[in-house]
Amino acid sequence: MTWRRLFRPAAVALAAQPILSIVCGFLVAGLAVLASGADPIQAFSALFQGAFTNPRAFTETIIATLPYIFLGLAVALGFKAGLFNIGAEGQFYLGAVFGVFIGSSLHGVPAILHIPLALLAGMLGGFLWAAIPGIIKARTGAHEVIITIMLNYVAFQLTDFLINNRGPLADKTSSAPRTPFIQHAAQLPILIPGTRLHAGLFLALAAIPVVWFLLSRTTVGFQIRTVGMNATAARAAGISVGWTLVITMGISGALAGLAGADEVLGVSHFMPPSFSIGYGFDSIAVALLAKSNPWAILPAAFLFGAMRNGATFMQLQTQVSADLISIVQATVIIFIAAPAIIRWIFRLRHTPAAPVQLAKTDGGATI
Amino acid sequence: MDLAIEWGQVHALLGENGAGKTTLMNVAYGLVRPDSGTILVDGNPVVIHGPQDAIRLGIGMVHQHFMLIPPLTVAENVILGHETVTAGGFVDQRAAEREVRDLSQRYGLEVDPRARIEGLPVGIQQRVEILKSLYRGARILILDEPTAVLTPQEVIGLFGILRNLAGEGSAIVFITHKLGEVMEVADTITVMRRGKVEATTRPTETNPAGLARLMVGRPVLLRVDKAPARPQRPVLELEKLVVHDDRHRVAVDGVALSVHAGEIVGIAGVEGNGQNELAEAIAGLRPDRGGRVLLDGQDVTRATTRHVLHGGLGFIPADRHRMGLVLEHSVSDNLVLSTFDRAPFAQWIIRRFEAVLEYAQRLIQQFDIRAESPSQPAGSLSGGNQQKVVAARELGRQPRALLASQPTRGLDVGSIEFIHRQIVDQRDAGLAVLLISSELDEILSLADRVAVMYRGRIVAILEGDAIDRERIGLLMAGAA
Amino acid sequence: MIAALQSLHLTELGYLTLLAATPLTLAALGGLMCERSGVVNIALEGIMLTGAFVGYAAALATHNLWLGVLAAMLAGMAIAALHAALSISLLVDQIVSGTVINILAVGITGVYYRTYIQESSAVGPGILPTWHIPLLDRLPFLGQIFFQGQAITWAMLLLIVVVHVVLFHTVWGLRTRACGEHPLAADTVGINVYLVRYVNVIASGALAGLGGAYFSLQEIGNFLPNITGGRGFIALAAMIFGRWTPVGSFLASLLFAGADAVGARIQGFHNIPYQFLGMLPYVLTIVVVAGAMGRSIAPAAVGRPYKKQ
Repeated sequence: MTWRRLFRPAAVALAAQPILSIVCGFLVAGLAVLASGADPIQAFSALFQGAFTNPRAFTETIIATLPYIFLGLAVALGFKAGLFNIGAEGQFYLGAVFGVFIGSSLHGVPAILHIPLALLAGMLGGFLWAAIPGIIKARTGAHEVIITIMLNYVAFQLTDFLINNRGPLADKTSSAPRTPFIQHAAQLPILIPGTRLHAGLFLALAAIPVVWFLLSRTTVGFQIRTVGMNATAARAAGISVGWTLVITMGISGALAGLAGADEVLGVSHFMPPSFSIGYGFDSIAVALLAKSNPWAILPAAFLFGAMRNGATFMQLQTQVSADLISIVQATVIIFIAAPAIIRWIFRLRHTPAAPVQLAKTDGGATI
Repeated sequence: MDLAIEWGQVHALLGENGAGKTTLMNVAYGLVRPDSGTILVDGNPVVIHGPQDAIRLGIGMVHQHFMLIPPLTVAENVILGHETVTAGGFVDQRAAEREVRDLSQRYGLEVDPRARIEGLPVGIQQRVEILKSLYRGARILILDEPTAVLTPQEVIGLFGILRNLAGEGSAIVFITHKLGEVMEVADTITVMRRGKVEATTRPTETNPAGLARLMVGRPVLLRVDKAPARPQRPVLELEKLVVHDDRHRVAVDGVALSVHAGEIVGIAGVEGNGQNELAEAIAGLRPDRGGRVLLDGQDVTRATTRHVLHGGLGFIPADRHRMGLVLEHSVSDNLVLSTFDRAPFAQWIIRRFEAVLEYAQRLIQQFDIRAESPSQPAGSLSGGNQQKVVAARELGRQPRALLASQPTRGLDVGSIEFIHRQIVDQRDAGLAVLLISSELDEILSLADRVAVMYRGRIVAILEGDAIDRERIGLLMAGAA
Repeated sequence: MIAALQSLHLTELGYLTLLAATPLTLAALGGLMCERSGVVNIALEGIMLTGAFVGYAAALATHNLWLGVLAAMLAGMAIAALHAALSISLLVDQIVSGTVINILAVGITGVYYRTYIQESSAVGPGILPTWHIPLLDRLPFLGQIFFQGQAITWAMLLLIVVVHVVLFHTVWGLRTRACGEHPLAADTVGINVYLVRYVNVIASGALAGLGGAYFSLQEIGNFLPNITGGRGFIALAAMIFGRWTPVGSFLASLLFAGADAVGARIQGFHNIPYQFLGMLPYVLTIVVVAGAMGRSIAPAAVGRPYKKQ
């Protein structure tokens, strides 16, 4: 990919929409801050500080980015097959549970075995949790959106049961509800001493080219994309659509589960009952922003990670709640999903690219 | 385009698919805008922008695909949009049911106003559609292929109703392709062909043969030079095949046919007589409910599409946009759509793009596909070239049998000739071809044997000198 | 056994169940109006949250609980209008649109909570008063459950009937159902499908907003972030389980709320962890949706944007 190609008008127009959407997102959020009586400049600069310039802020931002990478890839993969995997949150939880379980219950296993085992367990947990809606959709055609949302809540209840008080995975010796700490051998090594930056970084960075390779260079990826583009023609050419859906959900779930295990093994080293702060829903925004392109997930995830990290500082410094970033996210999605608005605002020329077909609700959603 | 409908008459509009009958009536009902010309009602010129205008003028249309809402009752469907209300916006159920009952008795359209549409047989549903128009005061009633979904008994019932209505002074326009019915129920017959009126006549002044000739016309084109066929062993055999359609009704009713290597068997028939279901069942896309399909002696009745395709069947589906191609994929990807995961195009799960490209380039040249590059999205090609891609993909796999459904629909003359040539050449090389087409000319110029399909059955298999245009036209229209 | 039942304090249980079912039913009523016209609405959670917040803020500012309730409904309508605009006019995928609303609601309520409520030292407006219907409330069991209560619960009971009547006995309801089952057929008889859908979506906002007001103005008299706690999704489940009917949604809500309440009581007697009862609504919904029932009873055209030919 030469630099000259990068700056060709078509490429610029393609990147223009996401970038403009982000700009508009911040503008709208800034207006919201203004309406609340606070100073948007102050808020945004605190956000920036918290994300980048404070001591250790940068590494914390990277740490916050990692789950978004895995989860964004998971959701994006689903989109490619025409599936809406809102269940990434629940699969994230299951992955963490499985990962913590293996991480804490195996004794005397060397790190070189323990870490991969725990990570694989996490992938398995996510895979299973996503395979359920996949199989149901393949067999009955029932829409995966409502099933994955429901499974999210089942997952929350399940982990609460497992970890709270007298649950089977709870640490009996602790007064606060949580799982036992994982074995030292299961912990992901810290990369930069003095920070929390862990080796999960390599995993996340590796996941991107792997997913890209899967989608663009393998037969499985071709199958997934074909089903997402035209399931009828796929079927007529002999592709098993049902199988493809199950596999896609499975891989998607495995990625989300990996995110969960990665978090547990790298950052907290145990699992508290209230584990995630809505990573799953946010990752939908990440995937939309990246237009389901694996490479674009990296900057999109980084943006969200930075916002997530900076928001806590912003909340401390100013009166503005960390939830401000949700306003940014929501607005960004609106502009991405309804490109007509951006075009109208900026009088952009209409790029005759494929319309924003994110997930085909083929046959009508049953919700 | 000149057409005059008179009060108190049943006027039949006769023609094959694509003759323009439905389009013409859609103009009258306001669903389509005319490019030029005038519409006169009772001698006064009118402008019809949409169904509301048509309804106000007293024109009602009973569509081929019913506009009924399944979970609602008959009465609810009839009054929708013109509801009978009591004070406060409440639907006056009882008044509505009474009115529907009155109407139905007056015109002999027996229905139970309280029944839900989804439980009703199709014949009764059609009565509800008619009631809808009558309820809105239609005096001119247009029915589009009304008997397509009826049993013979229901057809008799319908004719009685239509004659009643005409007797009361309404004007009925009856669109159809079936000769027998036209002779039975119409007072006036207008035959259309390729968008023009061929003739207007009366049943007393003509006969089925004459009508058939007007309908299918003189052959204009495309005679492919071909040597006589030299059929060998049977490759594709259908034994008493029964297939249901999406509404669980019988669409293919015990079809038996065998296609030999080195011959082209053409299935002629107006679309909607079960051809699509037949093709899909053979390709494994639709479960068979009875009978067997044999491919090269192997029973593939229950086989998956993948199994059938790799077992030696090539399949060119009728709808190239929906089922034939993935428009967003490149031309080369489309060319390997059914073989992308086999050697040499893939090694285990890794795709081998050089092999795909080389294969694609070879096919592009062989089939003269006009594309700037093989990595161009298939959607950017012209219709003719798109169909060539589908043909190339299937023929390139060197199947033993080819199932081609409407292979040249919507194509330019050059592409049509090319594809016809390909099919004949492959036949000469030993391919067994089952050609399904609603274009009679295509069948006549390609097929060695002609089977005529009507209402899910093969009503005749003709070969040699017996292949006669008028005879086939009659068979297609259910007469003879 | 009898002792166990008695200790359940059935009347009190019934009363609490009815209360807990209030927001569920209201949101489900909103959801079903919306979906019956053909628009998927997974934003019930976000709409309820917005309603809860705006209702409380308005009541706080004006010291008038009733204005708060009204404000909650208006806020619900406003945010639902956004969902309508995105999914009906801009043809955005209805799931994406709903998700956006949910995220936006969290954002808006979070930010403004901080500045307007948390920092505010104003005295809260209290909660809605409990009314009693004289004489009837002396009835054993039923009296204490149904004939005493606060305004929003009364409203819910009334609205169940109203929505039922509107949906199944009025012109509007008939046209709504037509648009949800077969919008093309409705279009051909002259119904403005866009208008019908817009109005229904906005109406669903009013209902869900009222449901949100339950939390802040009837239950606790305060607003906390994430006060709705996923109830919007349970309401969705109740709607599906109740087969998209008002009465069905009410009964399903009672079932879900009741299971929750009973679960808390039973904890002392059996060792069924309460979390499994908490899973009940969700698992039941999955079973309903996955079973053939789910596919055949939803409005046929729900989820698909309608483009006029």
